[in-house]
Amino acid sequence: MSVELDVFVGNTTIMDEEVYQLWLDGYTVNDAVKVRMEGGVLEECEASADVLLSDTMDQYRTFQMCERLLHSPAKLANQLLFQIPPHRQVVLIERYYTFDDAFVREVLGKKLSKGTKKDLDDVSAKTNVTLKSCRRQFDNFKRVFKVVEELKGPLVENIRQHFLLSDKLARDYAAIVFFANNRFETGKRKLQYLTFQDFAFCAGQLINNWTVGAVDNMVEDMDVDLDKEFLQELKELKILITDKDLLDQHKSLVCTALRGKTKAFNEMEANFKVRIKSHGHHILHVLAHLLAHGHFIEPCRSDRWTTADMRLYLTHYTNSAHILDTFKHQVVWDRYMGVVKSCIFKMYHD
Amino acid sequence: MPGKLKAKIVAGRHLPVMDRASDLTDAFVEVKFGNTTFKTDVCPKSLNPQWNSEWFKFEVDDEDLQDEPLQITVLDHDTYSANDAIGKVYIDIDPLLCSEAASVISGWFPIYDTIHGIRGEINVLVKVELFNDLNRFRQSSCGVKFFCTTSIPRCYHVATVHGFVEELVVNEDPEYQWIDRIRTPRASNEARQRLISLMSGELQRKIGLKVLEMGGNAVVGYLQCFDLEGESGLVVRAIGTACTLDKLSSGSVSNTNTNTHVHPTAAAAPSHLAHGCRSTHNSPVHSACNSQRLTQNFSVSVPTLIFTGMRESGEVSDRRAETVFGEEVPLFSVPPTPFRALPSSSPPPFTPSKPCSRQSSSSDTDLSLTPKTEKPLQVRHRPGIYFCPSSPTLPTDTLSFAGSDAVVCGHGSGHRITNPPLSPISYNQSDSALLRKSVSFNEDLLLAASGMGSGGSAGKEAGPLKMLLRQQTQTALEQREFPFFTLTSFPAGFLVHAGGVVSARSVKLLDRIHNPDEPETRDAWWEEIRQEIKSHAKALGCHAVVGYSESTSICEEVCILSASGTAAILNPRYMREGCLDFGNTDHRFEDPSPRSCGFCHIPYDELNMPFPAQLTLCQHCRQQKVPDVLFTTIDLPPEAAVTGKGCFVQARLCRLKKKAQGEVNATAISNLLPFMEYELHTQLMNKLKLHSMNALFGLHIQISVGENMLLGLASATGVYLTALPAPGGIQIAGKAPIDLSNEHHIFTIQKRINDTIAKNKELYQINPPELTEEVIGSPIPEPRQRSRLFRSHSESSDELSELDLSHGKKDAFVLELDDTDALEDIHSLLTDAPPPNGFFSCNTEIMPGIYKWTSAVQMFTSVRVFRLSNVNLTNQGLNKIFTDLCEDLLKSFYFKLRSLIPCCLCHLNFTVAVPEEELIQVAVTAVAMSYDKEQTHEKPVDKLIIRGNSETEEQLQFPMELCADSSSVNMQTSKFSGVPESSSISHRDGYSAILPNLIHFCFVFFVLLFFFFVSMSLLLLCMYGGVRAFVRSCVCVRVCSLAASIDYGSFADRCTTWLELLRLKAHTIRRGSVKTISSMDRCSPLPEGRSRSLRSNCSFGGSTVTVVKMTPLSFLPGTRIIKYLGIINMFFIRETTSLREEGGVSGFLHSFIAEVFAMVRAHVAALGGNAVVSYSMKECVLMENPNKNQAQCLINVSGDAVICVLDTDQEVTPTPTTVTQTCGIGAEGTA
Repeated sequence: MSVELDVFVGNTTIMDEEVYQLWLDGYTVNDAVKVRMEGGVLEECEASADVLLSDTMDQYRTFQMCERLLHSPAKLANQLLFQIPPHRQVVLIERYYTFDDAFVREVLGKKLSKGTKKDLDDVSAKTNVTLKSCRRQFDNFKRVFKVVEELKGPLVENIRQHFLLSDKLARDYAAIVFFANNRFETGKRKLQYLTFQDFAFCAGQLINNWTVGAVDNMVEDMDVDLDKEFLQELKELKILITDKDLLDQHKSLVCTALRGKTKAFNEMEANFKVRIKSHGHHILHVLAHLLAHGHFIEPCRSDRWTTADMRLYLTHYTNSAHILDTFKHQVVWDRYMGVVKSCIFKMYHD
Repeated sequence: MPGKLKAKIVAGRHLPVMDRASDLTDAFVEVKFGNTTFKTDVCPKSLNPQWNSEWFKFEVDDEDLQDEPLQITVLDHDTYSANDAIGKVYIDIDPLLCSEAASVISGWFPIYDTIHGIRGEINVLVKVELFNDLNRFRQSSCGVKFFCTTSIPRCYHVATVHGFVEELVVNEDPEYQWIDRIRTPRASNEARQRLISLMSGELQRKIGLKVLEMGGNAVVGYLQCFDLEGESGLVVRAIGTACTLDKLSSGSVSNTNTNTHVHPTAAAAPSHLAHGCRSTHNSPVHSACNSQRLTQNFSVSVPTLIFTGMRESGEVSDRRAETVFGEEVPLFSVPPTPFRALPSSSPPPFTPSKPCSRQSSSSDTDLSLTPKTEKPLQVRHRPGIYFCPSSPTLPTDTLSFAGSDAVVCGHGSGHRITNPPLSPISYNQSDSALLRKSVSFNEDLLLAASGMGSGGSAGKEAGPLKMLLRQQTQTALEQREFPFFTLTSFPAGFLVHAGGVVSARSVKLLDRIHNPDEPETRDAWWEEIRQEIKSHAKALGCHAVVGYSESTSICEEVCILSASGTAAILNPRYMREGCLDFGNTDHRFEDPSPRSCGFCHIPYDELNMPFPAQLTLCQHCRQQKVPDVLFTTIDLPPEAAVTGKGCFVQARLCRLKKKAQGEVNATAISNLLPFMEYELHTQLMNKLKLHSMNALFGLHIQISVGENMLLGLASATGVYLTALPAPGGIQIAGKAPIDLSNEHHIFTIQKRINDTIAKNKELYQINPPELTEEVIGSPIPEPRQRSRLFRSHSESSDELSELDLSHGKKDAFVLELDDTDALEDIHSLLTDAPPPNGFFSCNTEIMPGIYKWTSAVQMFTSVRVFRLSNVNLTNQGLNKIFTDLCEDLLKSFYFKLRSLIPCCLCHLNFTVAVPEEELIQVAVTAVAMSYDKEQTHEKPVDKLIIRGNSETEEQLQFPMELCADSSSVNMQTSKFSGVPESSSISHRDGYSAILPNLIHFCFVFFVLLFFFFVSMSLLLLCMYGGVRAFVRSCVCVRVCSLAASIDYGSFADRCTTWLELLRLKAHTIRRGSVKTISSMDRCSPLPEGRSRSLRSNCSFGGSTVTVVKMTPLSFLPGTRIIKYLGIINMFFIRETTSLREEGGVSGFLHSFIAEVFAMVRAHVAALGGNAVVSYSMKECVLMENPNKNQAQCLINVSGDAVICVLDTDQEVTPTPTTVTQTCGIGAEGTA
């Protein structure tokens, strides 16, 4: 004796947000039922486990049918199959595209390829996010990436319009797309302490200042690719390190400005050159090397600079360069240091 | 009326990828109407093509316009191979043919494919230009409006109710027709969809023609059904009520308003309340149930033969009954008359009983029909006009008339008073004439009426008003072949009395329909059943049947046809053609019984009760007799006085049956039917008592046949009618009290029952004030002193149980625990869990006791299929499974809809089927509506209902004098006091208790039976006693004892310590000025807030999709319907060959139902509407073959597309004078 078929269809599609979350999290129907039972829905509503199972199955089915629409959220608003109140649509989409920080940390900067997808079970094991959920998140990244890749116009705006996401989520996706496109590896041991939000912030900075889009806003991929001209120009900045005079001049300027203002002055003075060196190093992978590899942050950290020290130092370091007479690349310098500064501020935490 | 149909294909979107290589589609569209086809250009490589075509013009007959749908096919162009179809859209043109409905169809339609489901959408524009009709002999009926709604559509005013219209169309089913040919499933499915679309168009047109003939302009309560008879074909049939409707103008609405609220009767009532007398009548069994009928049009002269006559249509007849009822055999040995249906199935145990024959003969002699209805019948012998002109008339002394009647009246044999002046019939004469009742009545009545002069002027004559009233009505009604009304709720004043449920069933064997153009067989089948229904109504002293519906259940070649309705007496004013010029005479016939209880008063003569019922004085008005229990198929009249809240009551039953073929099978089924009906009614009655209620509304009994079992499901809404006596408790009696443990067991059960009753009373707030002065002034003779019992029930349940146990069971409603079956029954009685907190449920439109609905509405459809894997199932096991299935369904609804709490599930409509041998399918459609937590008792009259009233009242131009103000109250009272004399005249028996009121009312739970079957009533009696007792040998004794012990009526009396509160409440409400109520309501912040959210839904800017609300009710809370756009009647087939991939049957059906909803919504939106009311899913046939990974499903849905606006939208009007005024404004706005 068994229930062969059991469906419930409302004119307005009924969705329970709790069940939706369980579904998104990749719970099986049975696990979801368990979770719900523990949550105490049964007591509230005088229901039995069968009822709960039936309801969960039904909702899962609904979500599965909706999933196709969620892949192109714009369709959700004008499809006819499900009558979903607009505020609910927003929630559905937003939740569907929300990802786990733990998961994204693992995937950030990797190529969104089939190979990566195959390795998701490792990621799942490591992050404690179910494989199903990992796949959904990975597919979301890939989908967004694919759609946005070929679009003109600002990245965040494109994502927001095509996927009807909130501003915050759209920015996060922009970061993911940016990292995936430039393949900045974020998995390095030294970077482990950084959260996705740190990276997202940096990505935002880079997108806003260093990409093609920062100059010209009607190019394909404008926000994903770094501005090549700018990168070329960056090479000119090497002069600050390679030119002995300039370096000394710059150093003394900074030191003068900072003297007495920070406890870490001595260490800083001693390490000035080392720190600065990293600037010019392999300029093409700025983030990866300058920020990410920790050439700058790591020493400061070991010197126990406070955040205030860091701010002070960077501010003066940036400003002093303007005073150097022989340093001609002020514009590039600003564009460069502006981003570096804010990124370092963001990343310099415990 | 020829017309020009124009269609324009604008664009498509979300098309599927048809070309794998490019991931795109080269789409074009074919537009077809009749035999003309147009094509658009191909829009290459696009999933969102813009065709923006020219206007395709079709010049067509209006006949075709009505029959044919516009057929739009979207295809993918393929240069080398055949073009692939993407999907189709069928657009019903009908709404455009009516000037008042939609003027253009424009919108996005889902492109539907029978295999892939919805595949994208297409934007289409359709218009129709009609030319004037010059042809008098037209075949079309353009302009006739159709409504699924079973009440007068809001925003219309009914001028005349013409009556019953029916039609059926038959065709071969392409599925079967093509079975031997090579064809794709898609081709046959599409052919079927198209054919059914065509057939329903044709059906509607033909019904429209009938309506035009009758002089009407609309069909209300249009019920269309499909019978998929398999190889024998496909039947599409429809019934409805023809009316003349006028659009309401705003001005007329407003003045009626006061009438409703300051209702004179309501105001008058309290006086009665004060010294109400309690009736202590002991009512005998009074629900007669059971019906059954085994087919045959030809009657049989020899007992025991199964087939007689020629087997034209494969009907089966079961002769067993005749053998059994030995004495009656002669009756049947008459020449075959086509419309005779012989009793098929009397169960053997009852049959040879002496009492049986005694009973039948007694009823024979008292032939009660005439006194009951008080019709001055001139009976003459007439050949049956309708049925068989050729058939010889029956011998004069046939019992047949008596027999048919006896079903109803047999039990009440104690007192038969014929009233010579009123009923000048001699029995000898009457017999033969009555054989064909409908015929003879019709004509006789006509004669009678004309003889008396026109009904209106006859008022002063000695005859009581009642009689005149009846005559009038009858003349009006009896002119019709079938005085049936598919309406379930009526304009105020339309329904005078409700008699009880009448139903008929017939088992038929299907045979090939040889000539689809002449579907005579099917017509004849239905005609037979309708005649039967009509005769039952007559037996109840009623001249009309309301809340009428028909249904079928088919399994292979066996088909059960069922019809049911509520016998009623209607106000003649609305029946007559041109009732408007009735003028002043009208008032004289105004029924003085208060409207809040009037419909409960018995319509038959209490001295000639059609069945044993226990009558008491109406608890509300104290003027008329009422039965102890009232069952009806209609909605609760909005004006009815009700105590507490209502609840959903359901009886479920499974009966195993041996697998068989053909006649044997049909016979077996027909043998089971009466027992099933009996059991269902017993269950209903028990549950009703358990809920401490005394009336059922919206009763719907479905019997579904499968290969090896029969399923019975009876659903209704129980209420406590203030007018009816309080129901008693239930007492358990053990058959074998020797066993001590048994006794203890009984005691515990009894306690549980009592507890449940007490709990239910609390839950449903059934707390009529106790009536302390029992019988003071009671005009009812022989009041039995049972006050002790009364009290006992109102006191603690412990005491009660003791009392009950010690008390003789003769006076009680006793359930005997004589075997395990009985035990099961009682257990099943107690398994029904009450709905969780915050939930109520009902299957009617109106839920008494709940007011202030918010606009949060959730319509849903749920389907469950249960597989019985256990081979050796017993009836009990099955029952348990079936009951659990239904209960679980309800529970899961409550759970799913918990976010709407506080909420009421309304219009719960259960449909059962046995799709395969071991499968039980239950489909439910209902709407959950949440209401305001603060249910102020100050205003228990729902605003909506008030509005409904006032509108309808206005629509009927109810005489103002009667209800305008308090003075009318006096008037009425004086009337009351003035009339008694006449009453004594009319009732010669001298019962002083009988008050003058015109029509006796009562209810009866009456299920149809067999025409000729005198002893059926006895049979029923027996059955009430206990089917379980069959085993016992001595039938006669059994019958007697059971008759005595199982007595619903007495039970009711026993514990009536409660008086109705509600009446009081109602008065307060009604007295309260309308103005305050309406303005308060509209200002109340909560509903407003909620409706705002509704508005925001509707006006959701981001999406292009209109929100379309759906509801099975005829209204949406918080909104007003301002325009009806036409009927939605859609039929879909879906098939899959990848069942597993689609998520199994559940996934398949889930998406299909969602698709159906989507298509309904799209069509409504394209008509310009934003809601569907009276939505129902008529058919949901699912077939699966998991081994082949295949499944198929057919769904038929219908409803009325409407535009509705929020109530709050009218708040623009600065002076919120009355509710109705605002209504009027709204209506005006749309006009």
